[in-house]
Amino acid sequence: MPTYVRTEKCDGCKGQDRTACMYICPHDLMRLDKDGSETGHAMRAYNQEPEQCWECYSCIKICPQNAIECRSYADVTPLGGMVQPLRGSDAIMWTIKFRNGNMKRFKFPIRTTAEGSTEPYAGLPEPVDAEIGDHSTLFTKGTHSCDMSQFNAS
Amino acid sequence: MSEYSLGNPEVIEEEVDILIIGGGMAACGAAFELQRWNENKNLKIKMVDKAAVDRSGAVAQGLSAINTYMGENDPADYVRYVRGDLMGITREDLVYDTGRHVDDSVHNFERWGLPIWKQEGDEGKSLTEGGKPVRSGRWQIMINGESYKPIVAEAAKKALGIDNIQERVFIVRMVDDKNDPGRVAGAAGFSVRDNKMYVYKFKACLLVCGGAVNVFRPRSVGEGSGRAWYPVWNAGSTYAMAAEAGAELTLMENRFVPARFKDGYGPVGAWFLLFKAKAMNAKGEDYSEKNAHLLQEHGYGAYVKGHAMGTCLRNHLMMHEMKNGMGPIFMDTVTALANLAEKMTPKEIKHLEAEAWEDFLDMTIGQCGIWAGENIEPDKEMSELMPTEPYLLGSHAGCAGIWCSGPEDLPGTPDHYHWGYNRMTTVRGLFTEGDGCGASGHKFSSGSHAGGRIAAKAMIKYVEDNSDIAPELDRSVDELKEEIYRPVQTFLEHKDYTTAIDVNPHYITPKMLQFRLQKLMDEYVAGVSTWYQTNAAMLGVAERKLGMLKEDSLKMRAKDLHELLRAWENYHRILTAEAHMKHIQFREETRYPGYYYRTDFLDLDDENWKCFVNSNYDRNTGEWTLKKVPWVELIKED
Repeated sequence: MPTYVRTEKCDGCKGQDRTACMYICPHDLMRLDKDGSETGHAMRAYNQEPEQCWECYSCIKICPQNAIECRSYADVTPLGGMVQPLRGSDAIMWTIKFRNGNMKRFKFPIRTTAEGSTEPYAGLPEPVDAEIGDHSTLFTKGTHSCDMSQFNAS
Repeated sequence: MSEYSLGNPEVIEEEVDILIIGGGMAACGAAFELQRWNENKNLKIKMVDKAAVDRSGAVAQGLSAINTYMGENDPADYVRYVRGDLMGITREDLVYDTGRHVDDSVHNFERWGLPIWKQEGDEGKSLTEGGKPVRSGRWQIMINGESYKPIVAEAAKKALGIDNIQERVFIVRMVDDKNDPGRVAGAAGFSVRDNKMYVYKFKACLLVCGGAVNVFRPRSVGEGSGRAWYPVWNAGSTYAMAAEAGAELTLMENRFVPARFKDGYGPVGAWFLLFKAKAMNAKGEDYSEKNAHLLQEHGYGAYVKGHAMGTCLRNHLMMHEMKNGMGPIFMDTVTALANLAEKMTPKEIKHLEAEAWEDFLDMTIGQCGIWAGENIEPDKEMSELMPTEPYLLGSHAGCAGIWCSGPEDLPGTPDHYHWGYNRMTTVRGLFTEGDGCGASGHKFSSGSHAGGRIAAKAMIKYVEDNSDIAPELDRSVDELKEEIYRPVQTFLEHKDYTTAIDVNPHYITPKMLQFRLQKLMDEYVAGVSTWYQTNAAMLGVAERKLGMLKEDSLKMRAKDLHELLRAWENYHRILTAEAHMKHIQFREETRYPGYYYRTDFLDLDDENWKCFVNSNYDRNTGEWTLKKVPWVELIKED
């Protein structure tokens, strides 16, 4: 569904030059209308190219005001459904509302470590310069066991 | 306030040792490996991404499974699997290389915080501690993957350092070396946020910008045209920029046409493999069984082993039904869930239902939107399947891409498979992986990360071996500026000629150019409207139309930076499309029935075509040269 921004919830990320949704959209779709000349709503973000929206939900998940929602592609889907997440630090909660009013709620874990806590090299071996040309290993020395008898030339 | 404007950008020039173009899984893997080897070397490394690394590339939305994890399997079996799925022709050295290194990337993902499902009794036990993953197939493991990309990105960003990452800069062309045309010396692009042009010089570069989407007319053409199965921002930039730099491409005739839940393109893998669902035609018949005899025709069954067959052949059996008016094809989710629920407690059933929904919510949320709108609950109502429009890619179940040097340590590797540096293209200093590395499909997310690491290590060696290189660009900054901002100049020059900004005889909008490309690819190069069929005459028409489209691409307009982004993406799409068309034209057989058919050469012809098709593009003449390259079997048959 192309995403849309709720007028009364969006605060344009409090007057900064760029909004969170502009920062995160992988396809450069979100735009801040500073003076209202493009949408009639000053200091609000909007999706400038809805027919290029992948519905990846990156903007919805990151919006600090929960101001962004999705309306499934109008040329494909009947009106009335809604799929909305609330992404926390270790889990995401989904609310699915069907056209007929049925509701489903799910909660899934998203990561086992605190955001920002990653130590990319903690506990890993130091690289050995002499092995830079050795294709059988990366610096981590975690190569899978290899049954070399499986090669025709073995 | 600066004096810079849309048509007059500030020029930022920077020289580094290694440039990573792209920010997806391969790029993040490269960052992780590169910086570790670089700790005592002080090489200058930079990553440039047209989006934000946290949510860029094919994994931006998340994934519900990691599709390549060896675990208890031997990498040789993985090679046999990939060979079978891709109809016999793969670079077995590259595939094996991915297989032996991929698990290590997965183990790091888990350490960084990615939740990987474990079998009962092994909960809380990591893979490296012997925890058994939940398999949804021989090579797949299930994950809670909503934050897969942010987790992998976090490690890459920390490794490289935030100062060495430039987001929102779209690199649009490589620049050859002035003194050595066989070597790449730089890359140029622009910020999609500010009036700034970026020109990088480097010794080596990893070009990893994904595959190609929206080259063909999508099945949904209104708002839904963004709902491609593969990420809509994959514009073929990897292939186009490499081809223009002179890199040899391989198997660009290959494409991927996934059969997915209709319209939303939600994943079917877990439904087939984990939930054991069956697909059926309008009459409720199992068309795979019913049409099995079709595999006897045209030699299509050459690589079928029992029930194991190439993904394209499953499409072939499905398309036969649809072409004969036996659609819709339904996935029987109702029976599958009912069967599973028979021996379950209500709590277990609830859990199963959550798993089924998570499969979509982790990676194709749009499918849930369609089900919600259509009142489809999978335990109560079946869902339609449909083959999508074609995509070009090299990391999923497809093998289009760039011809790369492989590791030379594997027994029996022929000389024409390696020329010194692993994952280097035929252009010195230009490396690729992920969707860029051809003839080695089925890397998926984890294999692309591992591949980025393999390339990274080779790049360090290349830079050290070639420390005396002083890169010099064969194009001046002014020439690059003129070329890159041409769509802006075209707009500024002609915008007042007409009263309607989008209708003007002097320019074409990037959007309309994309429609033209999609229409001709769909109608002549085996898109959905001809049921994926083409022939020499149709390809001849396509060639003529593509030539004019390429000429008209010089008349694209850009009224702002966003449109300049789209203009260059679509230029990349045109070159990718042209490569695809030329390769299909050259390969006079039907190697991938179910992905595309040459109706004038319907046979799978191992005698003449069990080989790679490679191509070179000359950016000065606009001409392609194609040739056959011998295929070699490295791993024994089963």
